[in-house]
Amino acid sequence: MDNSKAIFLKEATVNAADGVQRAFISKALGGYYTNRDLQKARYRDWERARDAASMAKWSAVNDLANVLEKFVNNFERNGGVVHWARDAAEARDIILKIAENAKAKAIVKSKCMTSEEIHLNDALEKAGFGVVESDLGEFIQQLRGEAPYHFVFPCMHVKREAISELFTKHLGTAPTDSPEELTMIARRHLRQLYVDADIGITGANFLVAETGQISITENEGNARLTAALPRIHIALSGIEKVVNELDDLSVLLPMLATAGAGQPMTCYNTLYSGPRKKGECDGPEEFHIVLLDNARTRLLADPEQRDALHCIRCGACLNVCPIFKNIGGLAYGTTYQGPIGSVITPHLRGLKQWNHLSGASSLCGACTDACPVRIDLHHHLLHNRRNAAKESPTFFDRVFHNGFNFVIKRPWLFAIGGRIFRATLPLLPKAPAQSFRDQWKHDHV
Amino acid sequence: MSDARTDIFARIREALKVKAPTPHLKAQTSSPKTSVAAKPWLPDGGETAEDGLLILAEQLAKLKAVLIRVPDHASAAKAFAELATTKSWKKVAYHGHELTRPLAATLTCEAWEADASFDKQKLEGSDAGLTTCESIVAQLGSILVSSRSSGGRALSVLPHVHVVIAEASQVVPDLGAALALVKARHGTDMPSMLSFITGPSRTGDIERILVLGAHGPKELFLILVG
Repeated sequence: MDNSKAIFLKEATVNAADGVQRAFISKALGGYYTNRDLQKARYRDWERARDAASMAKWSAVNDLANVLEKFVNNFERNGGVVHWARDAAEARDIILKIAENAKAKAIVKSKCMTSEEIHLNDALEKAGFGVVESDLGEFIQQLRGEAPYHFVFPCMHVKREAISELFTKHLGTAPTDSPEELTMIARRHLRQLYVDADIGITGANFLVAETGQISITENEGNARLTAALPRIHIALSGIEKVVNELDDLSVLLPMLATAGAGQPMTCYNTLYSGPRKKGECDGPEEFHIVLLDNARTRLLADPEQRDALHCIRCGACLNVCPIFKNIGGLAYGTTYQGPIGSVITPHLRGLKQWNHLSGASSLCGACTDACPVRIDLHHHLLHNRRNAAKESPTFFDRVFHNGFNFVIKRPWLFAIGGRIFRATLPLLPKAPAQSFRDQWKHDHV
Repeated sequence: MSDARTDIFARIREALKVKAPTPHLKAQTSSPKTSVAAKPWLPDGGETAEDGLLILAEQLAKLKAVLIRVPDHASAAKAFAELATTKSWKKVAYHGHELTRPLAATLTCEAWEADASFDKQKLEGSDAGLTTCESIVAQLGSILVSSRSSGGRALSVLPHVHVVIAEASQVVPDLGAALALVKARHGTDMPSMLSFITGPSRTGDIERILVLGAHGPKELFLILVG
């Protein structure tokens, strides 16, 4: 963990020099920019929509205890089982226990960044459970044995030739250079897995306190199938995903799609309120939710940066970030890449080891402008730099900052310093006879 | 040691003792809080029903979903039968409902009601799924299905084609209206699944190139009566 900075610097240097890869990423994002702007133009006032989205999250996060309690009560009333996890290890244990009790043979997962955060797949595999990612991008990354490159577009850095080779190697399919055919290969392969799996694991984009429903946003239909066919549905979610009212989704769902993928809505936005109900013909018999803290309350305790918990994981800040576009997602070495990852990772994993990410920014503010829920991202990077300097100042910080502080508070010392400075610079072009301060005094007194 | 729930709530209460500043809102309007009232800053859903239908048609076309508008139920059945013939469907699963049954009855291929408990494999092998819906959102081109209106969770997503039969009166202007309708209709007894379907299943995971039919239906048809 201590060498996370060294790895970051090395990876970032290599990737930034790889012009071919950078051009590939730029091209991949080109279509996103066009579609995002077309969809944003349909909003009669995007800025007001951002205000509303921001307030919806602000009011839930700043009343988290009450809103979460309401969600949990309604979720249980709907027939779901609630589990609490203080940290990653507890969350893994809870899910492992459910899988053991169910004597699960096959587990299918839909995209869930929180599960990456707790390294769930490793734990399940070590315990002997087969687990397959069903989101196409995550499926490809699982076969590659690589973490997601981007938390919304997991394999955006992989060229179709590489995917074709990967499928030939693991699935024994004929090579092809058509994205459509590659998608169909994965579709055919995964379909049977939904039918055979005992457990489906999903994430959650929003937890609706008013109704006790969870909301899942996706495009492919894999989360729909994961929550429809297996006997048990487990959802894993951070505690900050809660919103007050069902109506909040009328703002958040379209904005998530527009900011994240340049769509009016993603293909499937689904609300689940429990296991199969009486009179329903399918759906799981059990519905569990694992609510995870894992240092989110530490971020909550910082009122200055609390708004980072408003994040709806749309990825818009990554897509516009000049650093992300140049160094790529893997260099960060974090679950959440880009500006939002650079802001929250030091809180989740320790400021000392991860403060270098606060410097992974040009402070251009493109991320803050792109954020649909108005997180003050680039200022938070500055806040982290300040906090790191306070927490464990470097030798340079101490000497320079204390020295500067000492001199600037004593105008006479500053003046002497200036005189000495001028006296010792005969080699430079002729200095004025008077300092600026003296000239000012002369002219204005 | 106290349990995780107690601990987490204690941490939250402790953390929230210090208030956070309210967000810097740019629009400077009186009340930015979302309300059930119309939100005149989101994408337009049309002021009249006719406007709504125009916006809906435009949205569905952009999403590559197919809208078939018919004047009455008899023409809906005819359109559905034609679709089945053109696509050479062999097996069609449907949700038993007064809107769907007349359509299913016109089919010459196998048609089965997927409302009782069914074989997942049989559903996977069906060429098309025919369902009703809760409502249709003009603003976004979204079709809201539920485990009640659409024969459970899988019927609207597992077969390779999804066909929805609905009446024009089911079209609502925007997402807020659709959610309000859900609450009014189901109250505290919600269907276990409600899903806004916005176009056929898609992915851009390979080089961000759009491909339809990632895991769900490759094609989506909306037959709208009236």
